Amino acid sequence: MTPAIDVHGLTRRFGGFTAVDAITFHVERGEVFGFLGANGAGKTTAIKMLIGLLAPTSGSASVAGFDVISQAEDVRRHIGYMSQRFSLYEDLTVRENITLYGGIYGLGDAEIRERGDALIATLSLGGAARERVSSLPLGWKQKLAFSVALLHEPAVVFLDEPTGGVDPITRRQFWEMIYAAAARGTTVFVTTHYLDEAEYCDRVSIMVEGRIAAMGTPEELERENGVSTLDDVFVRLARPDGAPAAPPDGTSTAPRRR
Amino acid sequence: MSAVVSPLVVEGVSKRFGDVVALDAVSIELRGAELFGLVGPDGGGKTTLFRILTTLILPDAGRASVLGLDLLRDTWAIRARVGYMPGRFSLYPDLSVEENLRFFASVFGTTLEEGYELIAPIYRQIEPFRDRRAGALSGGMKQKLALSCALVHRPDILLLDEPTTGVDAVSRREFWDLLGSLRSSGLPIVVSTPYMDEASRCDRVALIQQGRVLAIDAPEAIGERFPDRLFAVRGSDRYAMLQALRGYARAASVFPFGDELHYSERRTDVAPDAVADEVRDFLHSSGFGDAEVVPIRPGIEDTFMALMGASGAAA
Repeated sequence: MTPAIDVHGLTRRFGGFTAVDAITFHVERGEVFGFLGANGAGKTTAIKMLIGLLAPTSGSASVAGFDVISQAEDVRRHIGYMSQRFSLYEDLTVRENITLYGGIYGLGDAEIRERGDALIATLSLGGAARERVSSLPLGWKQKLAFSVALLHEPAVVFLDEPTGGVDPITRRQFWEMIYAAAARGTTVFVTTHYLDEAEYCDRVSIMVEGRIAAMGTPEELERENGVSTLDDVFVRLARPDGAPAAPPDGTSTAPRRR
Repeated sequence: MSAVVSPLVVEGVSKRFGDVVALDAVSIELRGAELFGLVGPDGGGKTTLFRILTTLILPDAGRASVLGLDLLRDTWAIRARVGYMPGRFSLYPDLSVEENLRFFASVFGTTLEEGYELIAPIYRQIEPFRDRRAGALSGGMKQKLALSCALVHRPDILLLDEPTTGVDAVSRREFWDLLGSLRSSGLPIVVSTPYMDEASRCDRVALIQQGRVLAIDAPEAIGERFPDRLFAVRGSDRYAMLQALRGYARAASVFPFGDELHYSERRTDVAPDAVADEVRDFLHSSGFGDAEVVPIRPGIEDTFMALMGASGAAA
């Protein structure tokens, strides 16, 4: 069986600047994969190519078995996308958001009703189905956005910083939803700035200046780098010279007052 | 100076917006030039507290003083001496880096040159881009500019509302290093964050949830408030193992925690290693042959969750 995401030498240049430089990796079906990198490392460009919004300069990639260049439309029909901030319409009710997205994803009326009912029941949102999304607590919004992204049962779902800002219990409830989706065979592709969030992934890759500088399970990467957290791995890779930009505490270069 | 005035005292401050209780009798007292963290999720009341302390809104009840000045009586004196960085990027995107700094300096009746020495360690990192429009800066650079603007009038206390939200891990670490240096130079700092892993960079933290302070202590001491025994569980099929453990009769709580599970139970009459052995045997007999269980010290997130549960605040 082909992997859920299969990428070979994927490259994108903008003029003389190489944003994504011949990256190669694959993600298995049902895997929770963390795609990490500092601002400007090339993550967004890579993701735009994976979801068929940007043509690669060279290389190839398939998502859910479809080629991102020649079958971009099929790719988009077989993926879901959730961003913490932008994926629900705040002025529509819970039910209206479900109906809207069901329609966009090409589901029939009966399917939308059935899956919408099931979704609302699973999230215990019954009392809030007629409420505007803007009135929901952040944690509910996130769970709803994730469920809506799965409404058309996509093979691969892309999540952008899915659990920012919520309390630690709600955050774990959300990760359990992700694990449950993965256990049903959905492939989950997560991008985040928060390395403690990335620790929940099965495997992660870290992009530095357009290339994949490291890939493996969080435990493998920590062991290889002789550190105890992904945060330490990330900072080592993203600043290879090890030069801190700020002076350490209490040195003579500390800012002086008055 | 024998009668040391605390740079920040908050006593029983409450604030409600309609039916929503944003702050519920919050009390906090800084001990000199601390780096003090307000740690908790969005909607917990952190921003409301900052807006009260910067005299932008009034509390419904309670008292507070900033730098020994009373919130209600000395409003204008407080404003002149506080450095405030709001949660949203609040600089002028169409002004250049340098124009923003000059503007903020002039509002406080000073100049960039007068404040330069204090902001130099931060400002020098973005000075090469001084002619760039602020709106065209990267997230990390915007944050450094915002901090420079909050510091340019040489305030006596810094109030920073979620300064690291949306910024990558490298820039976040640099930013916390900068805060550490400022604190060491004698500047008290109150900083809020929804990210528990950042709490360890503070001298002391207040855990805040739904308008209430759950605990105030040094980050390493917060873990000691965890009421039960805690164990880390590792194994290949995490999600199935999580469900199996939830069905184990002795479990008090089971949560995913990065690439581990954290399992707690109430028994204190059995040695931790013996409990770990029992749990491991249970998992082995349930088909998780590679499961490992070890006793661990609870961290801030563990304690936060336990205290949330205890206060009935779980969402």
